[in-house]
Amino acid sequence: MFVIDCPNCGPRDQSEFTYAGEAHIARPTETENMTDAEWAEFVFMRTNTKGLFAERWWHATGCRKFFNMLRNTATDEIHAVYRIGETPPKVTANLPATPAGEASIGSGNDAVKIMTRDEEAAS
Amino acid sequence: MKRYSALELIRQGLGGHRGWDRVWRKPEPKPSYDAVIIGGGGHGLATAYYLAKLHGMTNIAVVEKGWIGGGNSGRNTTIIRSNYLFDESAAIYNHALNLWKGLGQELNFNIMMSHRGVLNLAHDEGEMRQLKRRVEANRLNGVDSEWLDAKEVKNFCPSINISGDIRYPVLGGTLQRSGGVNRHDGVVWGYARAADALGVDILQQTEVTGILTEAGEVTGIETTRGTIRTPKVASVTAGHTSVMANMLDIRLPVESHPLQALVSEPIKPILNCVVMSNAVHVYCSQSDKGELVIGAGIDAQLSYTQRGNLDIIEHQMASLMELFPIFSRLRMMRQWGGIVDVCPDASPIISKTPVKGFYVNGGWGTGGWKATPGSGHVFADLIAKDEPNRIAAPFAIDRFTTGALVAEHGAAAVAH
Repeated sequence: MFVIDCPNCGPRDQSEFTYAGEAHIARPTETENMTDAEWAEFVFMRTNTKGLFAERWWHATGCRKFFNMLRNTATDEIHAVYRIGETPPKVTANLPATPAGEASIGSGNDAVKIMTRDEEAAS
Repeated sequence: MKRYSALELIRQGLGGHRGWDRVWRKPEPKPSYDAVIIGGGGHGLATAYYLAKLHGMTNIAVVEKGWIGGGNSGRNTTIIRSNYLFDESAAIYNHALNLWKGLGQELNFNIMMSHRGVLNLAHDEGEMRQLKRRVEANRLNGVDSEWLDAKEVKNFCPSINISGDIRYPVLGGTLQRSGGVNRHDGVVWGYARAADALGVDILQQTEVTGILTEAGEVTGIETTRGTIRTPKVASVTAGHTSVMANMLDIRLPVESHPLQALVSEPIKPILNCVVMSNAVHVYCSQSDKGELVIGAGIDAQLSYTQRGNLDIIEHQMASLMELFPIFSRLRMMRQWGGIVDVCPDASPIISKTPVKGFYVNGGWGTGGWKATPGSGHVFADLIAKDEPNRIAAPFAIDRFTTGALVAEHGAAAVAH
């Protein structure tokens, strides 16, 4: 289970928090001129990153404030927590070598992990 | 392909079981194919099988980064039903259910299909009204569905607790008698064997690292085993749909989440059907081995790790205890997670894309298994003809622009 370091309350169990999806999606201005495709992009389309991902969390049973978090979705490692309005800090993460690959730790995909071991044995 | 039969079993038994063929070949990748399917799960292999069988496209390959059936096909709770609310969903899920009925015979492989019935419970007045509406909608669409009151639920499934003392008492439920469960490996292996026999190359441990295009058309794929030329690439990669689409800068409205399941120690037969409860939030069936197979909702966070959090499972167990106090001393043996890609309207994407020759089948969210044969059947049609058929058409990506969503959150077995 995650322990999330809330910027206001400190480290707390994840079950206190509510997930609020991808961060830094700005609400469009001049909405009266937007096409249906632009609306679809804002409302529905998501990056769904495998790797380093900026997301919003809400400390629902704590300070009840939103904040941003930088997490590696390939390993679930939390790299940074920062406030709404701030830009994400630069961090180094353990990323998969290929787009659909698995990182060296943190994956529950045994099919791919075993392939890697075989490859190691063969090399 | 040597047909499996009782006679063949006896014959091979007398020979010490040394004469069986490999169930599918282990081919080297060819330099080019007429079509390549990315993802060797149930949906991908079904797509390959129907492409070869119904559309004569036998020079095709299925590429899989791990082993076939090692992703969500091997991680789901195998529940089959088609009691969805809207016409579009009823059409595709019932198409799948009809194919499930004869699939074991067709593939000559025991998929252990058991039409034992699926109960969807109601725990409050609002849910009762909603489920009764769904029964009527199902009947209009030719989906078998009936309403049971609490006593009838108890008669159909004697181990359930319908006491009025619990927080959310069972007030009734819907029953789809043709629903049930089957064996996930059997389905994957059956499709793989049948597709292989028709000439399809199944390339395991072959990961796609890029998709090649020229002038907006697909020309091939890059894999960890070299370049493969092909004019048609079909992504059927469940949780990784966005990862594949990102290779071509195609934006999709899906988010990938862990969905966990777990099994108990094996016990004697006690649960004779599939029980699903949206309000109490759990679903459960008993495997032929005797294990209870239990699932519930997704983990809220986006993740590709194929692991989830413990609080989700605790919640799941608490829900199970509410419905079946009789299971309170069972030990849980194994727990795992798969990655499901969820669409905003809880319906799948079966679609052409802006890149000619690139097709997407994904976004099945938490309910893809039940659709396996239907999904493969209509997707093969789309790939072969480059036009969606009547069943696939409502699930095109452009519905997120036109607004013609197929909003099926209400028909999910549990809220996600």
